[in-house]
Formats: sequence, C-alpha cells, structure tokens
Amino acid sequence: MSTTTAPLGAAAPAAPKVETPFRRFVSEFASSRLALFGLVVITLIALVAIFAPWIAPQNPYDLAQLDIMDGRMEPGTVGGAGFTYWLGTDDQGRDMLSGIMYGLRISLSVGAGSAIIACLVGASLGMIAAYAGGRTDSLIMRLVDLQLSFPAILAALMILAFLGKGILNVVIALVIVEWAYYARTVRGSALVERRREYIEAAQCLALPTRRIIFRHLLPNCLPPLIVVATMQVARAIALEATLSFLGLGVPITEPSLGLLIANGYEYMLSGKYWISFYPGIALLITIVSINLVGDQLRDVLNPRLKK
Amino acid sequence: MTVFLLRRLMQAALVVLAMSVLVFIGVYAIGDPVEILISPDADQIERERAIQALGLDLPLWQQYLVFLVKAAQGDLGNSFVFNEPALQLILQRMPATLELAVGATFFALLVGLPLGLYAGLRPNSPVSKGIMAGSILGFSLPTFWVGLMLIMVFAVQLGWLPSTGRGETVEVLGMRWSFLTWDGIQHMIMPAFNLSLFKISLVIRLTRAGVRETMLMDYVKFARAKGLSPARVTFVHVFKNILIPVVTVVGLEFGGTIAFSVVTESVFAWPGMGKLIIDSINVLDRPVIVAYLMIIVLMFITINLIVDLTYSVLDPRVRLETRS
Repeated sequence: MSTTTAPLGAAAPAAPKVETPFRRFVSEFASSRLALFGLVVITLIALVAIFAPWIAPQNPYDLAQLDIMDGRMEPGTVGGAGFTYWLGTDDQGRDMLSGIMYGLRISLSVGAGSAIIACLVGASLGMIAAYAGGRTDSLIMRLVDLQLSFPAILAALMILAFLGKGILNVVIALVIVEWAYYARTVRGSALVERRREYIEAAQCLALPTRRIIFRHLLPNCLPPLIVVATMQVARAIALEATLSFLGLGVPITEPSLGLLIANGYEYMLSGKYWISFYPGIALLITIVSINLVGDQLRDVLNPRLKK
Repeated sequence: MTVFLLRRLMQAALVVLAMSVLVFIGVYAIGDPVEILISPDADQIERERAIQALGLDLPLWQQYLVFLVKAAQGDLGNSFVFNEPALQLILQRMPATLELAVGATFFALLVGLPLGLYAGLRPNSPVSKGIMAGSILGFSLPTFWVGLMLIMVFAVQLGWLPSTGRGETVEVLGMRWSFLTWDGIQHMIMPAFNLSLFKISLVIRLTRAGVRETMLMDYVKFARAKGLSPARVTFVHVFKNILIPVVTVVGLEFGGTIAFSVVTESVFAWPGMGKLIIDSINVLDRPVIVAYLMIIVLMFITINLIVDLTYSVLDPRVRLETRS
C-alpha cells in the first residue's frame, strides 16, 4: 500500500511539505480509503483539465469544428463529424464532453488561482497582525470581522458589479472575499506559536525579524493553513460557478462549468436535461473530491484530534 | 447590560456609516448610468437636463452628503429605471424573500434536528454514517444546480410542482404573501427546500456534535444514574442544552440565507429582493443597488445584535464576561 500511495501523495497539489514525518503523514492520510479515492479523482480531473486540448474530441470554441445541425443532440448520438457525442450537444452543436473538459480548465484555474493569491495576501496580513500586535493587529482583525460578517456571495456580487465580467475580475473578487479566512487562521496559530521557546531563542540570537517570521514562525503555522486552503479551493470553485450562473462571472467566450449550466437553463424546461446536467455532475465531483481530501487533511494535521 | 447594549449600538452605528461610504464610492465607480438611461439620440441639452435631474453633475462628496441627509430621512433616492423610491421598491419585494428564508429555516430545523439527534445518539450506526455523508453532500452541492435538477425532476418530468414564480398571493397588512394560499405553498416548496440544503447540513452537524459532547457530561450521567427514562434524558437534559448553539447559528445564518436567496430566486424566478438586485446590477440602477446594500447591512447588524443579546440571555456566562 505504501509504495503505491507515496507517489500519489507527492503528486497532489495539496500535499504539504512536512519535513521529517512525511512518510507517516502519507500513511495516515491513506488510512481513509475515501480520502484516497478523492485524491485520485481530483488528480485525474486536474490532468483532464490540463490536457483538454489534446484529449477532447473537439475544440468547442473553434467555430470551424462546430456543426449547427448537430445542435441539442441527445447523449450517445453520432454527429455529422463522425464521432459520438457521449454527453450530447448544446444549442450551438458543441460536444458537451469537450465543453466540460475545457470548462474544467477555467473552473479549476480560477479556483486554484484565487485560493493561492488569497492565501498569500491573507497569510501575510495574518502574520503581520500576529507579529506586530497592537493597533496594526486590531485594524487588520477589524477588517477581517467586517469581511466575514458579510456573506461571500453578496460581497463577490457587488465587487463584480463594480468591476464587470472577466476571469481576472472574478479572481479579484474571490481573493477579496476569501483572504480573511486565511488571515484569521494564520493569526490564530501564529499567536500560539510566537510564545513558544524556539521563537524566543531565535529572538535572543538577534536574528532578523524577516528570518524569524519566514523560517521559524511560518512553517509551524502551515498545517491549519493547508487545510483552510484546500477547503477554500472547493469553495472558490463553487462560488465562481454560482457567479457565472448569475451572469456576473466569466464572459461567454471563456465558459466555466457554471456558465455551461446556465446555458442549459432555458432548455431544461423542454426536457433537454443534459446541457445543464453533465456540467453540474462534473462540478459536483470536483467539489466533493476536494472536500474529501480536505476533511482527511484536517483530521491528520490537527493534533487535537489525535488520540 | 445597558452599557453592553449602548456599546454595541455605538459600534453598529459606526459600521453602518463606514459601509455607507464604501457602498456609495463602490457603486459610484460602476459605469456611467447616463449612457444606459438616456437614449443615444438625445441631444446635448436633453442629456444635461437629465444629468442635472439625477444629481449626477455634483462632485462625489456632495452627492454622498445629499445621499446621507436623505437616507437619514428614509429617502434612498428614486430608481432610475422604475422611477419609484428605491426603498419602497425593495420593501415591496421583501415579503417574498422573507417568507422564502423563513420557509428554508423551517425546513432546516424540521429535517436537520431529528437527523442530527439520531446521528449523535448512535454515532456508529450505518444510518448515521449515511446521514453524515449526506451532510457533506449538502455542503458540496452547488445550490443553483440542485435547484435546476429539482425543476427538472419535479416540475418537468413528474409535473408535481410548478417550476417558477410565486403563485397566488393574499394581501395581509398591505403586503402580499404566498404562504397563505395552497397554490402559493406549492410554489414555495422547491425554492425553500433548495435554499435550506446548506442549512440542513449545518443543523445536522451542529446537533450531532452537540449531542455527542453533551452525552459525556456529568449531569447527563447523573440523570441516567438517577433512573430517568432515556426519552427524558434525551429531550430535557441533552436536547435543551444543544438548542442554544443551534439556535444561535441558525439565527446568524438567517442573514446569509437572505443573501443567498439571490441565487435561489434567480433559479426559480421568485420575485423577491434578490432577483431585483441582479436585475438592477445588470442595468446599473444605482439607487436600488445602494438601497439594497444599505438594507442588507442594517439587517446584518441587527441580526448580529439580536443574536448577541439572545446569547447573553440564554447563557449567563457571556454576560458575566462582559461585566468583568
């Protein structure tokens, strides 16, 4: 078991760099079959998204490859181009399977991208708050409270209303909505860690503050941060899909899964379910597998839950 | 208690003021309403007259002051599109959103509490594991997609429930409600359930965690040792105590539910505040956007205040902490 799981753990985007007990971490993580399954699925999804242009049956955004006569075909029909539309086609005659593969690219990159940027911004601010204390701390934490008291969907809606559609704008909105979670998490663990002896020792050695923060404090605050980051990627993907569904997210030229679902809305009432159904299933599988991995990470990385 | 209340009220007023500045500047930054509202073939004089009538020629800070003074008098400006007071426009749609949110909360407690209680009392039974797996799904499922699937199954294929709209309404106290007619209730079932999905999962998890924690307490052991019936121990000693955190979180979530109804209302074409704000964003109806945001901010601050106060009444430890 351990020989097969080690490379999997290493391939996962969420695999943390725990210095010595890495192998123990991998085996603890693999103790949940469900989490392992989630990890395999999300890795496969990521691979599909990355290699979509090479493995998708057609390029759904190359108009030359589309045949309008193939529009709204049921799953399993053979189209004019000679290949089977396993998941049917949308109103423009796009193969839904290819559309989903390309949509995953956008959904995953928006989700992961915004989570990484929000993590950098939030973790830095949380670390500054914890280390500086006093006024700086209370100012940053006030901002965090304000941000968290306002529901994410509304805040993101408003920011996109100000900025307009676009992938970059969606990322900005998601970062603004999510940084506070990271800041709160990092501040919480940094406040505990900075009272520990090793920080005191580092301060007594007169090490530069930057070195203490990045080399001593930050690595010890990583575990909870990794858990939050994993969960927030799933949340970001769901939020982006919702915003795109409402017509405020990604533009029509770069459809994510949410926009694909929105496109099928009007055909739903006439019983053409597949245009909305399959992108939703893809979205669901993605979010659930990330959450499964995140759940297990939380259990493994949280020392309080260890017996 | 009075000091606690006064301090909280002061804080709340400050947050409202800060948010009003943010919202105003933010909304001001959105596009140019003139281009949308005035027909492109209007000549220069017509354009200027319209700009003046809408107050768009003043500097930003003056527009803000005018807005603030009027807002204090309950006037949040007229909608550019409907030419009606924005506040009135939103208040007209509010009952629809409120009844949807109340319906969702009702569903969440009705379904979540018994399931959570069961999962907490028998944590290792397969049924409980099924319930917990279901609650993970409830957190993960994209709400809008579930809404679409509900429409597909129950409205399109089975034809049991109407797909969109609010159905028949009855006017009570000058507001139109649909939960008082059978047709209205039928229209409400799917959207309310859809909106409650996330809350059901939340209630299940909170109840289960609370039950498991409380079952280990000494007073529960004592009650059992005293020979009380399991039903009495469960419902009087355990259930009553876990209600505090559950009610608090559900109360706090009420604001979130109203906010999230933006999505549900769009899916089910439910004519509430959420649908209005999406439409207003699409046509850049600034006064309505500002009014909606101010109402939401006020609502959130009020909800937080009420929850804090309820909490301090339910749990004396909170009061003692603030006093010391």
